[in-house]
Amino acid sequence: MDELQIYERLTDIFDDIFDDESIKVTPELSSKDVEGWDSLTHIRLMLSIERGFKIKFTTAEIGNLESVGDLAALIKARA
Amino acid sequence: MPVDPLYSELRWLPRASLDFQGRLQSLEMAAGPIGAELRALATHALDLNQLNKLAKAIGKAVAKGKSLEPLIPFRLAVLSNSTLDLLGPAMVASAARHGVALDVIQPAFDQVAQEALNPESQVNSAKPDAVLFALDYRALPLKISPGDTEAAAATVRGVVGYLQSLRRGIKAGSNSVCIFQTFAPPAELLFGSLDRGLPGTRRSLIESVNRDLADGVVGSGDVLLDVAGLAETVGLAEWHNTRLWNMAKLSFSDELIPIYAEHVARTISSMRGKSRKVLVLDLDNTVWGGVIGDDGLEGIRIAQGDAAGEAYLAVQRMALELRQRGIVLAVSSKNNDDVAREPFEKHPEMLLKLEHIAVFQANWNDKATNIQAIAEELSIGLDSIVLLDDNPVERGMVRELLPQVAVPELPEDPAWYARTLSAAGYFESVSFAREDLQRAGFYQDNAKRAELQRQVGGVEAYLATLEMAITFQPFDATGRARIVQLINKSNQYNLTTRRYTEPEVEEAENDPDVFTLQVRLTDIFGDNGMISVVICRPGAAATWEIDTWLMSCRVLGRGVEQMVLREILEHARARGVKKLIGTYLPTDRNKLVIDHYGKLGFAKVSEDKSSSARWELLVEGVEPEGAPMKVVSKGFAGLSSANGKVDR
Repeated sequence: MDELQIYERLTDIFDDIFDDESIKVTPELSSKDVEGWDSLTHIRLMLSIERGFKIKFTTAEIGNLESVGDLAALIKARA
Repeated sequence: MPVDPLYSELRWLPRASLDFQGRLQSLEMAAGPIGAELRALATHALDLNQLNKLAKAIGKAVAKGKSLEPLIPFRLAVLSNSTLDLLGPAMVASAARHGVALDVIQPAFDQVAQEALNPESQVNSAKPDAVLFALDYRALPLKISPGDTEAAAATVRGVVGYLQSLRRGIKAGSNSVCIFQTFAPPAELLFGSLDRGLPGTRRSLIESVNRDLADGVVGSGDVLLDVAGLAETVGLAEWHNTRLWNMAKLSFSDELIPIYAEHVARTISSMRGKSRKVLVLDLDNTVWGGVIGDDGLEGIRIAQGDAAGEAYLAVQRMALELRQRGIVLAVSSKNNDDVAREPFEKHPEMLLKLEHIAVFQANWNDKATNIQAIAEELSIGLDSIVLLDDNPVERGMVRELLPQVAVPELPEDPAWYARTLSAAGYFESVSFAREDLQRAGFYQDNAKRAELQRQVGGVEAYLATLEMAITFQPFDATGRARIVQLINKSNQYNLTTRRYTEPEVEEAENDPDVFTLQVRLTDIFGDNGMISVVICRPGAAATWEIDTWLMSCRVLGRGVEQMVLREILEHARARGVKKLIGTYLPTDRNKLVIDHYGKLGFAKVSEDKSSSARWELLVEGVEPEGAPMKVVSKGFAGLSSANGKVDR
C-alpha cells in the first residue's frame, strides 16, 4: 500500500473518530494539534486503524507514537 | 474476526442507512420533539463510533432544551472499576433504541465503595432511578486458595458480603434499584479443567459468587444483568482483551461494547415495562420450509431428521417455549385461511397447534394492515409486537409503515432463525410472575381471525422505494427449466393450473403463433428470479386465448399482474389481436385468483356452476394502470419498439 492510500484511509478514520472534517491528516499532525485527542481517544483511534487496515499493534507501539508520520510508517511496514 | 457478528454487530438490526450522518445533522433543525427519530436512528446495527455520534447528538439536543418525547426518561448511575468513557455514550444511544431517554451519572473512576457507602456522594445525592454496578472480577477481593474448601467458602462470603454492603449503602443513601452484573471469569486457568471443580480456583470462586449473586438478586426487587452469560455466549477469550485493560482499564473488548450497551438498555426498558409481549409469525419459509399453497402438506419441510426441517422446528420450539412463559403468539401469512391452517391441523410433525395461536391472520392483504388488525384484536400496542418473517420486502414494509413493531433481520440460512430471534432479546424480562404464565391463555381464542380495518397508509409509497425492475422475455432455452418448474408447481396464483412437460413448453416456445412470456423481477433486496409465466394461444379470428397465467405469491401486491397485462396488450396490438380471452378454472388451491380478470378490467362472458369462468377484454383503447417499476422488454422478434425499451 502506498503512502497516498494510507493517508486517504487515515483521513476517513480520523473523520469518523473526531467528527471534524477540518482536520488535515499530515505527517506532522500530533495529538496536541487536535481537540479531543486524549489518551482514551488515542486508543479508540488505534483500534479503528487496526480494524481499518487489518493489522495489529503492540501495546508499546500504541504508547510510543508521536505523530501521524510515525503512524503511517508503522502501517506501511505492517500492511 | 472470530467474534460471531450476530452479537458483536447486532445482526438482527438493519444496517445503518447511508444517510445516518445526514439524519443526525438534520436533528438540529427539527422543530418538534425528536424522540421518534432518535429511536428510528438507534434501531440500526450501530458500531461504537455511530453510537458515540448518536449520543453526542442527543446530548446537544438536551443542552438546547429540545424535547426527547416520546422517549421515557431514566437516570442511571454507573459505578465501575473500569473506564466508562466509551460505555456511557453507547448506553445512551442504545437506550434510545428501546424507547428510553437515558441520563448516565458517572462518578470518577474507581470510586465504587465511596459512592455507594457515603450518603452524601454524587450518586446517592442524585437519587437515580437505578444504580448499575458495572464491576468486573478485578474489583473483587478474590483470594485464590486451590483445594482449600474452607478458605474458598470464606472468600465467596467475603465477596458477596462486599456486594451486599454496596447494596445497603445505596438503599440507605438513595433507595435506588440496584442492577448487579454477574462476573465473566478470565480465560486464563491455573490447572485446566480441574479449575471448575476444585474449590478456591479463580474460576470456581467466580462461579460460586455468580450463583450466590443470582440467587440473592432475583426476586429481591433488584435486578440481575448476566454479563457472565453474555461473555460466555460470545466467548471469554473475545470478551477479555487484556491489552485494553492494560492500556486503558477497559474491562472488556471494545468490539463488544455495542452488545453490552444493548443488554444494559434492554434491562432498563424492561424495568419500565417496555419489553414486547406478542410474537407474530409468518408461515411459509419461517415456521416451515416451502410454500404450503404450492408444495402441499406432503411437500413442506418440518420433519425431524431433515436438516432444513429441523431449523423450522427450532423456530416452532422457541415460539412454544416463549408462549409457555407468557408471550402471546399470532400468525400473519399471505395464504388462504383454510390452506394455512391445514399443517396446524393435520401435519404430524408440527409442534405449533391452532390452540397456541391467539390470532390467525391468513389472507392476501399486506402484512402491515394485518399486524394492525392483530394489535387491535388483542388490544395491545404496536410497540409490544415482534414480527418474524423471512421475506425482506415484508420486513421492510412493516418497518416503514409501522415503525413501532420490532422486525428482526434474518440470515439466509433458517438454521440461525431461532438464535437470531433470541439474540435480539425482545422479550427480556427482569421479573417473572404467575400472571405472566397465564397471559398467553388469557388472550387465547383459538386462532381467531381479526376484523380487518382500513389498509395502513403508505403501501404505494413504500413500493415505489423498492426500485423494482421487471423484465419480459419470450420463452427461451435458458429459462425453460424454470418455466416448466413453475408451470408444474404453482397452485395458488394460477388461473388454469394446466401442467406441461418440457417438450410441450419447448413446442410453445418454437410456435410462432403462440405468444409466451417469462417475467423476472428485481428490487433493492435482490433478484426474485422468474416470478410469472404467460402463454397465449391463437383463438377465433384476431383473438388470443390466455392458456396459462401464473405468478409467484412472493411478489403479490406489487402490481406485477397489471404490468404483465400491459405487456400482453402491447404485443397483442403489434400483432393485430383485437380481443383477449381469459379463463379461470377453479381448483381447491386457486381461489385467490377467482377475480383476477375482473380486477384487471376484463368482462365476464360466462360462468358455470363450479365457478369456471371466461372473461374477455377488447384490446383497443385499454390502458391498465401501471405500477412503479422499470420495464425491460427483450428478445421479442419483430417488435422493435419493445426491444430494450425502458419506461415507467
